[in-house]
Amino acid sequence: MLEGAPQAQLLAGGTDFMVEVNAGLRRPAAVLCLNRIPEIAGWRTDNGHVVLGAALTYTEMLDAALARLVPALSLAARTVGSPQIRNAGTIGGNLATASPAGDTLPVLSALDAEILVVGPGGATRTVPFAELVTGPKRTSLAPGEIICEVRLPARFGTQEFLKVGTRNAMVIAVASVAVVVDWAGRNVRVALGSAGPVMIRATEAEEQAASQIDWDERRLLARAGNLDDFVALVRAASRPIDDHRSTAAYRRHAVGVCAERALRRAVADDALKEDQWSS
Amino acid sequence: MEQLTDNEALLSYTLHVNGHDRAVNDALLSENLLYVLRERLGLRGSKNACEQGECGACSVLIDGRLECACTVLAAGAAGREIVTVEGLTPAGDELSGLQEAFLAEGAVQCGFCTPGLIVSVHDLLERTPDPTELEIREAISGNLCRCTGYGRILAAVKVAQDARHP
Amino acid sequence: MTTLDTPTQAATIAVTPDGLGRSARRPDGRPKVKGQFAFSSDLEAEGMLWGQLLRSPHPSATIRSIDVSGAWRVPGVLAVLTAADVPGRKTYGLDYPDQPVFASDVVRYAGEPVAAVAADHPVTARLAAEAIVVEYEVHEPLTDSVLALGAEPVHPLGNTLYRQTIRRGDPAARGAVSVEGTYETGMQDQAFMGPESGLAVPAADGGVDLYVATQWLHVDQDQIAACLDLPLDMVRVHLAGVGGAFGAREDLSMQVQLCLLALRTGRPVKIVYSREESFHGHVHRHPAHMWYRHTADADGRLVSVEARIIFDGGAYLSSSTAVTLNAACFANGPYNVQNAFVDCTAVRTNNPPCGAMRGFGAVQVCFAHEAQMDKLAVALSIDPIELRLRNAYAPGDQLIIGQVLSGTAPVAEVIRACAAAPLPPGGPDTAAELALPGGAGRTADRARVRRGVGFAVGFKNLMFSAGFDDYSTARCRLEDGRVTITTAAVEVGQGLVTVMQQIARDVLGVDDVALGEASTMGIGSAGSTSASRQSWMTGGAVDTACRAVRERLLSSVAQRFEVQRAGLELSSGRVLSVDGSLDLSLAEAAGGAVLEETAVFRHPGTVALDENGQGDAHVSFAFAAHRAVVDVDLDLGLVKVVEVATAQDVGRVLNPVQLIGQLEGGISQGVGFAVMEEIVLDDGKLRNPSFTDYIIPTALDMPPVTIQALIEQPEPGSPLGAKGAGEPPSISSTAAVVAAIRNATGLELPRAPVRPQDIALLLAEQRPAGSTDISPAPPAKEASP
Repeated sequence: MLEGAPQAQLLAGGTDFMVEVNAGLRRPAAVLCLNRIPEIAGWRTDNGHVVLGAALTYTEMLDAALARLVPALSLAARTVGSPQIRNAGTIGGNLATASPAGDTLPVLSALDAEILVVGPGGATRTVPFAELVTGPKRTSLAPGEIICEVRLPARFGTQEFLKVGTRNAMVIAVASVAVVVDWAGRNVRVALGSAGPVMIRATEAEEQAASQIDWDERRLLARAGNLDDFVALVRAASRPIDDHRSTAAYRRHAVGVCAERALRRAVADDALKEDQWSS
Repeated sequence: MEQLTDNEALLSYTLHVNGHDRAVNDALLSENLLYVLRERLGLRGSKNACEQGECGACSVLIDGRLECACTVLAAGAAGREIVTVEGLTPAGDELSGLQEAFLAEGAVQCGFCTPGLIVSVHDLLERTPDPTELEIREAISGNLCRCTGYGRILAAVKVAQDARHP
Repeated sequence: MTTLDTPTQAATIAVTPDGLGRSARRPDGRPKVKGQFAFSSDLEAEGMLWGQLLRSPHPSATIRSIDVSGAWRVPGVLAVLTAADVPGRKTYGLDYPDQPVFASDVVRYAGEPVAAVAADHPVTARLAAEAIVVEYEVHEPLTDSVLALGAEPVHPLGNTLYRQTIRRGDPAARGAVSVEGTYETGMQDQAFMGPESGLAVPAADGGVDLYVATQWLHVDQDQIAACLDLPLDMVRVHLAGVGGAFGAREDLSMQVQLCLLALRTGRPVKIVYSREESFHGHVHRHPAHMWYRHTADADGRLVSVEARIIFDGGAYLSSSTAVTLNAACFANGPYNVQNAFVDCTAVRTNNPPCGAMRGFGAVQVCFAHEAQMDKLAVALSIDPIELRLRNAYAPGDQLIIGQVLSGTAPVAEVIRACAAAPLPPGGPDTAAELALPGGAGRTADRARVRRGVGFAVGFKNLMFSAGFDDYSTARCRLEDGRVTITTAAVEVGQGLVTVMQQIARDVLGVDDVALGEASTMGIGSAGSTSASRQSWMTGGAVDTACRAVRERLLSSVAQRFEVQRAGLELSSGRVLSVDGSLDLSLAEAAGGAVLEETAVFRHPGTVALDENGQGDAHVSFAFAAHRAVVDVDLDLGLVKVVEVATAQDVGRVLNPVQLIGQLEGGISQGVGFAVMEEIVLDDGKLRNPSFTDYIIPTALDMPPVTIQALIEQPEPGSPLGAKGAGEPPSISSTAAVVAAIRNATGLELPRAPVRPQDIALLLAEQRPAGSTDISPAPPAKEASP
C-alpha cells in the first residue's frame, strides 16, 4: 500500500502527528492508518524474546503478562500522558517521533532493542535502536519504510525506570533513566532520557556500576558505599540543555539521582518487581 | 467549500456514532474527529479546549477505549464504534446516575470539562466498579478542570460508584 | 475528601426547600452534564463565516508595511481587515483606551493583533491570515520590569502604568528586630478551559448582535461601540456560555474585530481561539518583584512595614491601576502596623499585558508578607501562628490606608480555626507509591522525602474601590404566577445563577424561578463578575427587586381583599394570611396584573486614596487562612501537596456545595501557582503557550481540601449578610504551600512558583559529602493549636 503512495503519512495513535495537524503545521496529502493492520498489533514471545507490534499501545504495555517479561517497559508506559493518551499512543509512534523525551526510548536503549522495519516491496531490515533514532525527532527510516516490530529480550535481568516530571500526570519528562542489571551477563545498562539529543547510554557509568556489584551474592559490594563515582559518571555522560521546561544543570543533577536510585532498586531483591504497578 | 491546496483531498465516509451511521461528506483529510463530530455532525457535547490531547475535554469512547477525539483522524475512525457524551445521556429528560451525581455533588461549575469527565468516569466505572480514590484520580488525570479543584468531582464519582454497588 | 465539620450557623429558615443556605442545584447543570449547554464556542448561525486574527510574533517592532493581497488570493475569503478599517476609536481599554484594536505603526507585545480575516471555513481563515505579509522592523524589546522606569518609553504615555504610594506613621520608626527579603512571583495564567470565542451577527438596523463569553457585558458594549462608531443601542452584547474566566475575560479579546468582520461581510462571523492563541490573547497575572522590610518589638508586635514593589504590567494598561492599588493597600497583610511605607508601581514593558486574575494583586503581596512573617517569627523565637494572632486585625482596627474595619473581621478566628485542623495521618513512609512526590514516575526514595507544614493568611477587598461607582441592576417580573429574574450579570461557573434563584425563592415563596437572558438589551449593567462582588451586588439587586415585587403584590392583595398587609405571607407559590382566611395562588393574587420591578443596587460610596495613600477606599474585606502539608523529594526537588486545610470568613453561606466548590477551586489555582504554573518568557515571547507546557494541577496533583471552618459573621451592609468568597481561596494558598516547602527543606525559597531546581540544586550544594549522605533536615513543625 505504501508503495503506491510513498509520501503518505503513517498514522497510528495520532497523539503526536495529529497535534501538529491541529496546529496547522502539517497538511497531509494521504494518510495510512496503521491501527488496522493486524500484523503490527499486539505482542508475542519468540525464543526468549518479546516481540511488540509497532501498534502496541501504552495501555497494552501495562498488561501484567508483558510487564513480567519486560518490567521497565510497563513502568515507562504508566508514566505516559493520561489514560486517553495511553489508549491511543503506540510504541511505533514513540520510536518514529523520536523525541529526546520519548518515554519508552530509554528502556529500548537499555535493552538494545531491535526494530524490524519493512520497506517498499516488502524488504525488511532489522535496525538496532541506536541506529534507528539518530537525532532529536530524527530517525534513519527511509521514505516508504514502516516500523513493524520491536524486539526485546524477555525476563532480562532486573530493570527499573524512573521519570522526572513537574506534574504527576500528562508531563513531558524532564529527565528519565532506565537501568538494567544483567545478572547472567554480569553487566549493567544505564540509559538516559531527556538528557541529550538522543538516548544516552552512560557506558563508563555502566562499567563502574558493574564493578560495584557482588554478582554472586546479588547485592552491592559492601565497599560500594555511596556510589558517588557512578553518579558522577552518569552526569558526565549526559548532554542536557536549558529549555522552557527545565535547566541543563537540573537535568544533569536529576539523572544522577535517578540512576543511583534505579540501580539500588534493580540490585535489590527482584521478587519485589512483581507488584510494582499494583499500588 | 473549495479545495484549499492541490494535494488536499476531500473525502466522504461514514462514522458510526452513538449507535447510528452518520455520513460525512466532502471533508478535509486532515480534520480530526472532534471537528467532525462538532461541526459536521452537530454533536457539540464534546468540547475543544486544547487540540493537543492534553485536557480531555474531547474525550470519547472508540471501540470501548477512552481517547481524545482531537487526536483522532476522523476519516481513520470510520468503521469504529464511537460513543460521545450524547450517547451516554438517556433519551428524553432523564439523566444517568453519573450525571445525577455530578449535579447533586456540585461537580459542575463552568461545565466545560464536564462532558469529557462524564465519558472518562463512565469508562472507569465500567472497567473498575469499585475504584479507590487514587485509582479515580489516575483515571481522570487526563481531564483538566480549572474551576473545581476536583473535590466535588471525586465526591460525585463516589456517589455514582456507591449507587451502582450499594 | 473534603470535610465540612461545622454546620452553617446562620442558615436561613427558607420558605422553600431550595432557598438561601441550601445546596440548591444550579439551573444550568442539566444541560451541562448532557453536553447541551451552549458555550460561546458552540454557537452557530445560518451562513456563518469563520474569523481569524493575525498576531505579531515580535514583542517590539515597527510595522513597515502590511500586504493583505495574499489573503485575498485564498478562495473563500470574504473580508480582510487592518487598523484602517476601524471606523471609530482605534483603541480600547478598561481604565484607559491605550490598546489598539489592530496595531498600525508599532507592535508592543508578542501576540498583538495586526489583522483579521473572515472566510467560509476555519482552515481557510487560518491559511489566509498566514498569507498576510507584514514587514516588521524588529526592535530590542524591553522585558526587564525592574529596568523599565529608566528605559526608553514603550508607549507615548510612558512606562509608568500606575504608582500607588502609602505613607502612614513615622518613616523612622523601627522595632528592635528587623527582617528583610526580596521576593518574586512569576506570571500565572488563568488557563480557563473554554477558549475565547464569540459570534457576531449583523443586524438589519446596521448594528450588530454579539454573543460572547466575557465578564462584563456593558463595559464590553461601551468599548465596542466606541470602536465601531455606533450608538450603544446598535451594539447589543448577549452573554454566551462561559467556560471559566478568573479575570481573563475582563478585557476585550476579539469582540471588536469580530463585530467588524460581521459588519463588513454582512454575515454572521464566529471566532474561536486555539489554545495557543488563547495564551497570547488575554492578560495574565502581574509578575512581581517585591522588597520588604518588617520590624517588630520583642513581643512580636509589628512596628513598621516597608515595601517596594514592581509589577510588570506588560504592554498596555488593562486594569493595572486597580491591581496596583490593591496590592499596596494589602501589602502588610491582615496585621496591624502603625508605620507603613509602601511603594507599588506597575510598569510598562514589551511583555504580554497583565491585568485581572483572581486575587488581583493581593496574591503577590501575600506571598511576600507571609514569608516575612515567618522570618520574623524565627528571628523573634515566637511561634508563627502566635505571631500572626498578636498582630491580626480585629473590627475597629485601621488598615495602612487609614480606613477603619467597620465590618466583620474575624481574622483571629480564621487563623485559630485553620491552625486547629488536625494534620493528615501518615507520612512519606506510609503513602502509596503513586501519592509520593514524582507520582507514576516512581522517582521517590522514601528515606529522602520530607514532610513540611506551612501556614498563611491573606485578605483583600470585595467589590470595586477608590470611588468607583459600582452598581448592579436586576429585574423581577411576576406574570401569570411565574417569576422571572433578569440581569446582565455574567455567570462564569461560580453559581451566581443559582443564588439568584435562591434569593427569589425566599422572598417570593416560589420554587420555580426562571432566569431571563443576560444581555445589554433592556437592562442596565450588573457590573463585572470579578472582585468577589456578584453575590453582594447582583444578589442585592435581585433581592431588592424581588422585595419590591413582593411589596406591591401584598399591598395589592391587602387592598383588594381588605385584609391587613402585615398578616400576609408568601409560601409555596401562594399568598396566605396568617389567620388562614386567605389562600391564593400567585396568579390570583396578582389579579391579572404583571408586576415588574427593576432595582439598581449600589454599595456605600468609597473615596480615592489621597497623596499619602490614605482614604476609605474599600467597601468590605474578606479573610482566609490556609495550612498546607507537602512531601518534598529533597534530592529531586519534586513536591507533592498532600493536603490543604482552610478557614474562611464568608459572612454567610448562601449555597454550601457551591461555596465548597469556590474554595476548592481557588485553592487548586493557588497550589498550581506554588509548584507548577508559570508563563515562561524568552525576550518577551511566550515559550509555553499550551497545556503541554503551561501545566495546571491534574486530579493526581491536587490534594484533598479540608474546610476546617466557614466563619459566618454576617457582614453589615451586605444585603444577604454574605461576603464574596471567590478570591480569598487563591490568595494565601500559594503562600502556605511554599511555606510548607520551606519547612521541609530549610530553604528560603523567595520565589513562586517553586521549581524542582530551586530545591534540588541548592540542597545538593549544601550537602557536605556524597549523594547518599542522609543529613538530617529540619523536622516538620506541627501547627500550634
